[in-house]
Amino acid sequence: MTNVDLARWQFAFVTINHFFFVPVTIGLAFLTALLQTAWYRSKRDEYLRLTRFFGTLLVINVAIGVVTGLVQEFQFGMNWSAYSRLVGNIFGAPLAMEGLAAFFLESTFLGLWLFGWDKLSRRVHLLTIWLVSLGTVLSAAFIMAANSWMQHPVGYVMVNGKPQLNDIWAVFTNQVFVWGYSKVLLASLVTGAAVMLAVSAWQLRHGGAPEVFTRSARLALIVLVPAILFTMLVGDELGVIEAKYQPMKIAAAEAQWTTCQPCSFSLFQIGGGNNDHTPTQILAIPHLLSLLATNHWDGKVIGLSPLQSQYQKQFGPGYYVPNVFIQYWSMRVMAYVGVLVLLIAVYGLWLLRRQKLATSRRFLWVAIWAAVLPFLMNTAGWLLTESGRQPWIVQGIMLTKNGVSSSVGVTSIVISLVIFVLLYGVLATVDLMLMLKYSRQQLPPAHAETDADAPVPAVQY
Amino acid sequence: MRLVPFWFIVITVLWTGFFILEGFDFGVGMLHGVVGRDDAGRRAAINTIGPLWDGNEVWLIVAGAAIFAAFPGWYATMFSGFYLALVLLLASLMVRGVSFEYRGKRNALRWRRTWDGLLTAGSLLAPLLIGVALGDLLTGLPINSHQEYTGSFWNLLQPYGLFTGITFVLICLLSGATFLGLKTTDDLRERAGRLARRVAPVTGAAVVAFVIWTHVTARSTFFLNPVELLAILAVIAAVWLVYDHREGFAFAATTVTMAACVVSIFTGLYPNVMVSSTNSAYNLTVHNTASGAYSLKVMTVVVVIFLPFVLAYQTWTYYVFRRRVSRREFLPLTGRHAAPSAPTATPDGAAPPAGQGL
Repeated sequence: MTNVDLARWQFAFVTINHFFFVPVTIGLAFLTALLQTAWYRSKRDEYLRLTRFFGTLLVINVAIGVVTGLVQEFQFGMNWSAYSRLVGNIFGAPLAMEGLAAFFLESTFLGLWLFGWDKLSRRVHLLTIWLVSLGTVLSAAFIMAANSWMQHPVGYVMVNGKPQLNDIWAVFTNQVFVWGYSKVLLASLVTGAAVMLAVSAWQLRHGGAPEVFTRSARLALIVLVPAILFTMLVGDELGVIEAKYQPMKIAAAEAQWTTCQPCSFSLFQIGGGNNDHTPTQILAIPHLLSLLATNHWDGKVIGLSPLQSQYQKQFGPGYYVPNVFIQYWSMRVMAYVGVLVLLIAVYGLWLLRRQKLATSRRFLWVAIWAAVLPFLMNTAGWLLTESGRQPWIVQGIMLTKNGVSSSVGVTSIVISLVIFVLLYGVLATVDLMLMLKYSRQQLPPAHAETDADAPVPAVQY
Repeated sequence: MRLVPFWFIVITVLWTGFFILEGFDFGVGMLHGVVGRDDAGRRAAINTIGPLWDGNEVWLIVAGAAIFAAFPGWYATMFSGFYLALVLLLASLMVRGVSFEYRGKRNALRWRRTWDGLLTAGSLLAPLLIGVALGDLLTGLPINSHQEYTGSFWNLLQPYGLFTGITFVLICLLSGATFLGLKTTDDLRERAGRLARRVAPVTGAAVVAFVIWTHVTARSTFFLNPVELLAILAVIAAVWLVYDHREGFAFAATTVTMAACVVSIFTGLYPNVMVSSTNSAYNLTVHNTASGAYSLKVMTVVVVIFLPFVLAYQTWTYYVFRRRVSRREFLPLTGRHAAPSAPTATPDGAAPPAGQGL
């Protein structure tokens, strides 16, 4: 393996791992804030107990999200220094804004929320959790603006062969950003709600305070159904935008080598990949690809082979087709898992309306295991997005192989990769263990504010 | 372009903010096992920084990201050149960060001792590594005409860099000890004071040596510049105040020492940002690594709007958590009932620690 391959493996490994924790944090911070708002308004003990219960899960998860985020911030300079040097004046800006506007907010107010139960007024304490939630949402905005710029560079001029930022608003009104960011927020809600639903379901199945956990299950379902529905709708629109700016990405997602009009969508295929241009397609749905890629019944999708010759004319000799196998299957995993989550959520909502949610052992069992689905969906979605950009690190401006650090040798990357794999392995195991342990614990008692014997807030180090 | 030097100042401010804030919580991390003799004591020590450390650590992220945005060439060379050192730094910061959250989540002695050990090691390694890195910027590294680092990991270990790292660790220790003296009660407070008195002379000697070495390395004029002078005066004041049992002022003086030491590296550097030991013509400077004028203008607007907010709410956080933390709060319930019902907060000495802003 070359240093480029290793650097890419490392980036994929740490980033995919980081994004296991990010959507849980965004989703759970919002849901915990909702629970605490319910408590603030109704003053009912159930909501306070739920706030503390899910707040503990949030905090366990934030810890690892924050520390894996450190690696994200440093690795561009470490492994991709040529890239950083070339586009730092554009890509670095949203990253610095993220730190200043979002990370400070999130981490400072999380400390205030966690330790401020008996030090702040009820109203101010409620405000702190909302500011944590705002911090997570803002942070996603800046990093998505940076990522969208790599997918579809805007707001720059070329000066001596180097892109120079000349319009920051273009970066934040980039169509890829607007739709991609919406999708990330919605997918995070899906993830957070699915985790909350699974934990509530486990508690209901094991006899933990049914009147309380029915409430959290209901909240999770009410958020989950629209969130997954809109994730899919927004994802569809994002596909149309990407088909316009990154036609290779979408053509590869359907393994479409020749231009078609109208185009069908195959449910499965046998064979395929970059060397097999004629895989056996199974269950092709007519017109569906045209709809997904162009929003038109008879839309035209340009195939990979014509695109390849067009790119060669435009950018010089080279192979510009992304990994078709990854594109084809990550697209399908994402879409099928999304549909599955939708079906489960709708079924749950139907049971809830008939007041059978807490007693349907079959649904509760399904809901517990359904917690893994959003993680699968998110990872597949990112593979589709990032692998589909290849061989570019910045679409049309820089190739991935030219972005790597030339001063960092193969040995160094092997050492760092081994360290990261071991470290992330241990941390993820501990995190999962603690999440499971605290998900299965009994509800904390409601906080008696006049209890002089309890100076220790429930959540502390 | 006047914004280029302005951004060098912003980055100096961010690194200084990081070191004075995270400095004392690195110190608390290193000392929590010595100051807290049992689990309750250790928890009390950790909880003095519990609500604060995460916000403090963001200063490092922002300092790094600000270099990325304002001086991409500097970011690229520094972060790829320090590759393995940064991997170690990331590992220490990661381990340290999760130990805060995870140590209390299981009630088993071995579990807690393991995280305690990792917290101590991480808190020691992190300032050491960052100190070595900052020292290396000034003393010079093999860098070629394409602004690429050409050395290996071993080239990073130079006498001045190593001494910078050790000096920063010592300042963090003193900062942590005085902070613990300011924020704990009873026997913890006493032990923290005793530790501070033991560390102070060593820190003092190291800082004086560091300032002189920095002055010589930076090849500036014969006389010490005001910042270097301030570092020496502040550390002498800190030693004296520690022996005089004036916790608040001792902490403040240590904070000033830390700030002056960090700033002295950056004043020694300017207008360079990384010195090349290969050829001084290859030095990275603020000018040959800076972003375009438009990017700097955008970032200036952002930093001018957001940094005051950050300072305001972080200051407020220090105010909210101004009271002392007692070991008694962390005893098991029965123990707490047996203990005399002393107030958990002492009203005196409850002033917010100095220097929380900048």
